[in-house]
Amino acid sequence: MLAYILRRLWQMVPTLFGVMLLLFILFNWVGGDPSYILAGKSFSAETLANIRHQLGLDKSLPEQFLIFVQQVLTLDFGTSWSTQQPVADILGSRIGPSLTLALPMLLVSLLLSVIIAAIVAYVRGSLTDRLVTLICTLAMSVSALVYIIAGQYWLAHKLGWFPILGWSDSLATNLWLYVPLPLLLGLVVSLAPDIRFYRSCFVEEMNHDYVRTARAKGLSEQVIMLKHVMRNALIPVVTSLMMSLPYLFLGALLLERFFGIPGMGNEVLNAVDRSDFPVIKAITIYVALATMLFNLLADIVYKLIDPRVQLK
Amino acid sequence: MTSQTTLLADDASCPASRSLWQLGWQRLRRDRIGLTALWVVLAFVLLALAGWLGLAGSHWRDEVAKPNMPPALFKDYGPATVELTAADIDAAQQHNTSIADASAATGMSAEDDPLAADMAAAQTQAANAAPLAVTPANDSLLVLGSDSRGRDVLQKVIQGTATSLLVGLSGALLAILIGTLLGALSGYFGRRTDDLLMWFYSVFTSVPDMLLLLAFSAVMSRGIDTVIMVMALTSWTGTYRLMRAEFMKHKGREYVQAADAIGASHRSRMFRHILPNVTHLLLVQFSLLTVALIKYEAILSFLGFGVGISQTSWGAMLAEAPAELLQGYWWQMAAVTLFMSLLVTAFSMLTDSLRDALDPKVK
Repeated sequence: MLAYILRRLWQMVPTLFGVMLLLFILFNWVGGDPSYILAGKSFSAETLANIRHQLGLDKSLPEQFLIFVQQVLTLDFGTSWSTQQPVADILGSRIGPSLTLALPMLLVSLLLSVIIAAIVAYVRGSLTDRLVTLICTLAMSVSALVYIIAGQYWLAHKLGWFPILGWSDSLATNLWLYVPLPLLLGLVVSLAPDIRFYRSCFVEEMNHDYVRTARAKGLSEQVIMLKHVMRNALIPVVTSLMMSLPYLFLGALLLERFFGIPGMGNEVLNAVDRSDFPVIKAITIYVALATMLFNLLADIVYKLIDPRVQLK
Repeated sequence: MTSQTTLLADDASCPASRSLWQLGWQRLRRDRIGLTALWVVLAFVLLALAGWLGLAGSHWRDEVAKPNMPPALFKDYGPATVELTAADIDAAQQHNTSIADASAATGMSAEDDPLAADMAAAQTQAANAAPLAVTPANDSLLVLGSDSRGRDVLQKVIQGTATSLLVGLSGALLAILIGTLLGALSGYFGRRTDDLLMWFYSVFTSVPDMLLLLAFSAVMSRGIDTVIMVMALTSWTGTYRLMRAEFMKHKGREYVQAADAIGASHRSRMFRHILPNVTHLLLVQFSLLTVALIKYEAILSFLGFGVGISQTSWGAMLAEAPAELLQGYWWQMAAVTLFMSLLVTAFSMLTDSLRDALDPKVK
């Protein structure tokens, strides 16, 4: 097991190198010279040269790449171009709000969708099943934007059940006051595809021979569903869950934008808006690292819940 | 005697062996939902074609009606607006001109004011331009109402359909091309080529799609061609994975060995022998991708990183919706939602039907 983990960690090195190369090509080569953006309206040749020197743009491309590699290895991405704050400080203050929204959303959504999917799969072929599938298909066809715009307008503005937007410093206030509406809308967006996917996992398992055997030896339907089918059907569920964990760090982009939550997603959008390259680069590197680590974790969890899996 | 004739008849009626495509089409024709979905999608493509060729929706920029007019069917459901009479406008203009008298406002005489000449010139110019700027008040009702600048929502939504479909279809096509080419090389040649391309793949999949899209659009200029390119560059990975596995599976099959025996080159084996046997998977992949990209485009344009301001798309129209909703003008959002969900539902159902119809295991 340890050897496997070490080997996988070693394999991440070239991938991380590739991500760095991709980002470097994007921001240092395709992105062009940022010193004009930084200099603002009143630039002289001197200020431009100064800025270029500060950013290391007067060096050759390989040297610039080395600087970037050094930044990634020390996880020190310098300062933001628009606010001059250290990038590490910005990200440190953004991760909390993102997790405050994304973590409860993930848990509630997982619980609800697995339960509904199991029930619907159990009564598969019935009117309820077909109705739920139809509703899911229709719900998936509406853009997430529409749910958020309409939800914010009706539930917050018209009915006044929730604050329209906002965020505070206290976790309790956030959870009670500011998180519920984005959470609800996030659920509406994510439930339909999740239910459909999990339902197909359950249905596939229920067609296996072992279910018939279990039924034949007289086990109750509850035991069959909860003990036999659930355990097998949860394997793809766990995989997809682990794959979605890196998105926790990225936050719910649109929801954070609409509800003024100062999280990572909002920060990414602001950074793209202001051409704040260091922040985008830092977030991308962090999210890529998280993705790779969670992929590894997914494989290990996979092994733990399914003893048949051999790690190679 | 009779038995022989029936045998002959059987022989004659025995159909020639049909290709997967013919079988698929036959199965699709029997599938009522799939066929309806196909017609809806084709209707949208025709509408989009008309939009690209300028036959429909090309006048979406024209301010043809009063601002924020509700749709014809719901003309009583819009919020009450205050009608301005000509007298009100005249009074407002009189008021404006008296204030706009620059010299009076600054308290300087006309000779001292260095801008006096410019102001006077500007005012005469404005006076010349004014009669042109006044659009004839059009009371005719529009099917889907008008937006905040008096533009026809129907024209806008048709133009939006054209843009969104163009982005979705061509983005998906490009992504399929990249994915198939790389997947074919990787699966067919294996070894070093595979290692290199797998590395490339792992780099692209280790960054979430949305973040990659945003990173690309941060460094590129805004515009429809950029959006298409960015989407193709970020969404080829699924196709690559699929094609790599298929080519690995097929390269050892007898028919490929036979092709090798008759001296077919690598390129011919890859693209003339193997590719036609996996195209049905690509078709399903293509329609899946198109739906995904149409949704992505809406979000990107909404955030302001999508199509430029000289074009409109469903996302760009939705971006106007929050401000309009606050004033009670709901119809632009409703129109976009209706068009978009109809297309996305039809496309998803078509994908499901295609998957069933083109599955070679089903007879």
